[in-house]
Amino acid sequence: MSLKAFHIIFVAVSTLLFVFFGTWSLNQYRTVDSSEMNLAYIIISLAGLCVLPVYGWYFLKKLKHVSFL
Amino acid sequence: MEVPYTVKNRPDTGLYNAKIGIWLFLASEVMLFGALFSSYILLRVTAQEGEWPTELLNVPIGTVNTLVLILSSVTVVMAWASLKLNNFKKFKFYQGLTVICAMIFVMIKSYEYRDKFTHHDVILTNGMRVDGHLVEETSEYIVLSHPLEYPAEKGIGYRPTALHEAEEEANAHGGGHHHTEDRKIMLSDIEKRTNWGPWANTYFAIYFTLTGLHALHVIGGALVMAYFWGPGSRMWKKNPEQFTNRIEVSGLFWHFVDLVWIFLFPILYLL
Repeated sequence: MSLKAFHIIFVAVSTLLFVFFGTWSLNQYRTVDSSEMNLAYIIISLAGLCVLPVYGWYFLKKLKHVSFL
Repeated sequence: MEVPYTVKNRPDTGLYNAKIGIWLFLASEVMLFGALFSSYILLRVTAQEGEWPTELLNVPIGTVNTLVLILSSVTVVMAWASLKLNNFKKFKFYQGLTVICAMIFVMIKSYEYRDKFTHHDVILTNGMRVDGHLVEETSEYIVLSHPLEYPAEKGIGYRPTALHEAEEEANAHGGGHHHTEDRKIMLSDIEKRTNWGPWANTYFAIYFTLTGLHALHVIGGALVMAYFWGPGSRMWKKNPEQFTNRIEVSGLFWHFVDLVWIFLFPILYLL
């Protein structure tokens, strides 16, 4: 597996992390602590969820001539 | 004698030798970290109720470190892509950024470790437990800042509840924070004292083992990448294809290290 393929896997796993982190921080914000910090976590998670898939698509497009092996 | 298959792929494997080598190494790393992750999960699920500590780690710091490592994965792959596109200047820029990200991660982690080593947990002779940051120590007493007190019999797992109760009480009295005054404790009133090092309890033992091993990997990876950024980059002029392969191999290792942290962060800091 090339660095290109591993990077795509990494971007996918990082996106999943942001899904989890967003859910966790939303739960914290609603049930435990409505602090600005938890709100910041929600915003960071949403930003990660938007940016990473777009970046992954851009990366694949940029390195379309490089092998996945 | 020329080392074979450093650039060209081997006919039987379809890959150059260094790539096979790094994946074999990473397979052994998966077993190492897999065993430690399994240990953590088993220790946690078999802990007695109220005995497993939670909410002891600094989530903002962990979040920043996560973002730093994700950024470093992007820069390390951009460094490799720059070489593929024959742009050595851009490679230097992105590789340098990756090393800086690694250094930032290690600095933040060491700050976090220092914070834990200076945090003391005291069990008093009256059955209460107090924890806070050690700010003064004499032959007669110690002083803890930001102290939190709760019954020792309830175990360290009770700490988050005690913290929330103290904050609610402080809010009810018009204060924003539960602990404003330092706490002076006479040594004669102390039954047991330890800091939040790996020896404090099972939780900190596995926390320091996992994060310490990970930090060593970060340092090792940063040293290799710094070498390729500096003196090692001379190979680009003599053998650009082999150099590009070396950068790919170091990038694969770096991605593995980052992937480990992607699992460590939620398990240790959030759950």
